[in-house]
Amino acid sequence: MAAVRVRATAGRSLAIRAGGGTAYSLAMDNLVAARLQMTMSLAFHMVFAAIGIGLPLLMVIVEGLYLRTGEPHYKRLAKTWAKVTGLLFAVGAVSGTALSLELGLLWPKYMEVLGASVGHLFGLEGYAFFLEAIFIGLYLYGWERLSPLAHWWCGVVIAVSGMLSGVLVLGVNAWMQQPVGFEMESGRVVSTDPLAILRQPLWYSMGLHSTLACYIAVAFAVAGWYAWRALRGSLEPAIRTALLIAMSVAALAAVLQPLSGDWLAKLVFRTQPVKFAAMEGQFQTETHAPLRIGGWPDTNARVTRYALEVPGGLSYLATGDSAAEVPGLDRVPPADWPNVELTHVAFQLMVGSGMVLVAVSAWFWITYLANRQAILQRRWLLWAVVFVAPLGFVGLEAGWFVTEVGRQPWIIQQVMRTRDAVTPVRGVPTMFFAFSALYVLLGVTVVVLLRRLAIVPRAADSKA
Amino acid sequence: MNDLATWSNLAALSALFGMMAYALLGGADFGGGIWDLFAWGERKKEQRLAVQRAMGPVWEANHVWLIFILVVLFTCFPQGYSALSVALFVPFHLALAGIMLRGASFVFRSYQSRQEEAAAETSAWGIVFGVASIITPILLGVAFGVVTEGGIRVGADGRVVLACALPWLSPYCVANGLLALAACAYLAAVYLTNETTGALREDFRVRAMFAGTATALLAGLVLLFARHEANWFFQRLFLVRTLPVVAAGLVCFAGSAWSVYTRRYALSRIFAAGEIGLLLLGWGLAQYPFLVYPDMAFVEVAAPLATLQFVVLSLPVGAALLVPSLWLLFTVFKSRH
Repeated sequence: MAAVRVRATAGRSLAIRAGGGTAYSLAMDNLVAARLQMTMSLAFHMVFAAIGIGLPLLMVIVEGLYLRTGEPHYKRLAKTWAKVTGLLFAVGAVSGTALSLELGLLWPKYMEVLGASVGHLFGLEGYAFFLEAIFIGLYLYGWERLSPLAHWWCGVVIAVSGMLSGVLVLGVNAWMQQPVGFEMESGRVVSTDPLAILRQPLWYSMGLHSTLACYIAVAFAVAGWYAWRALRGSLEPAIRTALLIAMSVAALAAVLQPLSGDWLAKLVFRTQPVKFAAMEGQFQTETHAPLRIGGWPDTNARVTRYALEVPGGLSYLATGDSAAEVPGLDRVPPADWPNVELTHVAFQLMVGSGMVLVAVSAWFWITYLANRQAILQRRWLLWAVVFVAPLGFVGLEAGWFVTEVGRQPWIIQQVMRTRDAVTPVRGVPTMFFAFSALYVLLGVTVVVLLRRLAIVPRAADSKA
Repeated sequence: MNDLATWSNLAALSALFGMMAYALLGGADFGGGIWDLFAWGERKKEQRLAVQRAMGPVWEANHVWLIFILVVLFTCFPQGYSALSVALFVPFHLALAGIMLRGASFVFRSYQSRQEEAAAETSAWGIVFGVASIITPILLGVAFGVVTEGGIRVGADGRVVLACALPWLSPYCVANGLLALAACAYLAAVYLTNETTGALREDFRVRAMFAGTATALLAGLVLLFARHEANWFFQRLFLVRTLPVVAAGLVCFAGSAWSVYTRRYALSRIFAAGEIGLLLLGWGLAQYPFLVYPDMAFVEVAAPLATLQFVVLSLPVGAALLVPSLWLLFTVFKSRH
C-alpha cells in the first residue's frame, strides 16, 4: 500500500492511485472513510487524553508544595491548572466516549475479536476512568468543601487513575500489535485466556513509553507557556515556580524516554519485523545494518536515500550486536508492507523531537544550577523553551503514527486485515465529514476558551 | 458454576444494572439539559443555575455508566455488539454526536462566562446543550425500540439485515424515543425539587407534574404500539417473572406522582428512581433471553467462559473502589448544605 495518493477527479469521486500505478475510482469507499475518521478521532482524543494524564501530575505537585509551605502563589497555580484540566478533561471524556462507540460502529468484525479477547482491559480502564471522573468532580468543585489534605488526595487519585487508564488502553493496542490469549475457529473466538496479556512484555514497554510521552508533551507545553509569560515581562514568583515544576517533570521524562524507546524498539524488532524495517527504512535484509538518520525511503527503487548512516548501528540497537542480521521489507510481499514513507518519516520525527527536548532540558538545568536566581533572565534559553513547547505533542502524535501506520495492513497483526474489518454499512463517508466538522468545532472552541483563560488569569483564579 | 449460561446471565444482568444506573443518573442529566433549554418564567436564570449546580460536579461520573454498558456488551456479547453496531450505525452515530455536544457544550458554556451567574444567560452553547440533551435520549430510546421490536435480523453467517429500510422511524420506536425523553425530564424535575427551595422548588414541582403526565401518556402509547409492532415483547410483559416487576414499577410511578403532588419531595425522589429502575428491570426480564430478538440470545453470542468470568468477577473489585468514591461524591455535593 505504498505511495497511496488521493486526488480529486472530475465530479465528486476520488481516485486512489496505488504505488504500482493502477488507478481506480470510487466515491471514497468505506475503508478510506473509516480509517480517516479513526485517525481524526484518535489524533484529537490523544491530545486531551495526554493532558488528562500529564496536567494532574503538575497540579498535584504544586498543590503539594502549597500544603508544605502555605505560599499562596502555589495554590493560585494549582487552581489555574485545575481550571484548564477541567475544560480539557471534559473534552477528553466526550472524545473518548466517541472512540468507544466508533470502534464498534466502524470496525464491527474487529470489535468481535477484540471484545472477547481483551475487552476486559477496557473494562478495567472503565474503572480507572470512572475514578478519574468522580475525583475530578470532587477536585474541581471541592476547594471549599474538602479539607486541604483530602483535596490534595483527590488530585493524587486523578493523576494515578488517569495514568492507569492510559496504560490499560495501551494494553488493547499492544494486543493489536501482538495478539495473545485467544483461539479462533471459523472467524469466531472460541476460547480465551484473559490473563495472557499480562504476560506480554510489549504492553509494559508501550505503556511506559506512552506514559512518559504524555508527561513530556504536557510538561514542555506548560513550560513553554510560562517561558513566554516570562519573556513578556511577567516575573512573579508563580511564573518561576511553574517553569521549574514543568521543567523538572519534562526533563526527567525526557531523559528516561530514550531508554524506554530502546526497550520498545527491541521488542518491535522481535515481534513486528516488518514494522521495524519500515521505521528504519530497511528494504533489504542485511547484516551490519546501518542506522539511518533522516532520509526518504524510495519504495520503487527499494532504497532509503539521503539518510545519515551509522555503520552497523541498526544491528547493534536491535540486538546488541553490530554484525547481526536485520530482516528487511523484502521478507514479505509489498502487499503486506505498511506505508513505508509515512512510517519512516514519523519515526524520524518522533526521535528527532525527543532528542531536541533532551538537549533543551540539559541546557535549562545546567543554566539553572549555574545561577538559580537568574533563570528568568536567560532570554535565549526561554526562547528555546518556547520554540520546543509543541515538540512533545509532535513526538506523541508521530509515535502513534509509527505504531498504527506501521501495523498496516493488519488491524490485528497476522489475524485480521484492516480492510476485512470495516463495516459494510452505507454512509461511512457522510459520517466522516460530519464528525470532521464536529471535531473542528470542538477544537476551535477549546482554543478560544483557553485564550480567554490566559487573558484573565486573575478572574479564573478567583473562580475555582 | 462453570456453565456458559450462568455467566452470560450474570454478564447480561450487569449490563442491565449499568443501564439502570445510566438512566437514573445520566438520564437525569439529560433532563437537566431539557429544563435548561425550556427554562421559563420569572426565575428563568435561577432554574438554569440550579441545573448547573446540580450537574456540575457529577455529570462526568454519571456519563461513565454509558461506557460501562458499552464495555460489558462488547466484551461479553461481542457478536451481539457488532450486529447492533451495523444495524444502528446511523442512530448511534447521531446519538454519539449528541453525547459529545452535550458534554462539551455544558463545559464550554460555563467556561465562556466570567461569573457563574453569567453562564445561565441564554447563549449559543447553552442552546446546543439543551438541544443535544433532547436529541440524545430520543435517539437512545429509538434504538431501544428497534431492538425490542425485532427489526434487526441476523443470518447464520452473521450478516445483519434490517426488517425494513428505516425501522427506527416506526411509530413504536418514535414513541419509545419520546418516552425516554419524558422520563429523563421527569427524573430531573423530581431530583431538582430536592435540591432547591421556595418558589424555585415550586417551579420544578410544576415541571415534574407536567413531565410525569407526559411520561404516563407516552408509556401508554408505547404499550399500544407494542401490541402491534412488538407483539412478542408485549406478550412477555405479562410473564410471571415480568409482571410483578412492571406492576411494582407502576405502583412507584403512582407513588411518585402522589408525593410530588403532596410535596413530599424526598419520598418522590425514591419513588421516581424506583419507577424508572423497576420498569427497566421489567424490560430486561421481558427481553431475556434475547439480546437482539429473535436471532441473538445472550448465551449464543456470549464470549468464551474465561472472558465472562473475568468481567463478572472484576465487578466486586470495581465496586469496592467505586462505591465509596461515588458515595463521597454524592455526599459532598448532594447532601443538604
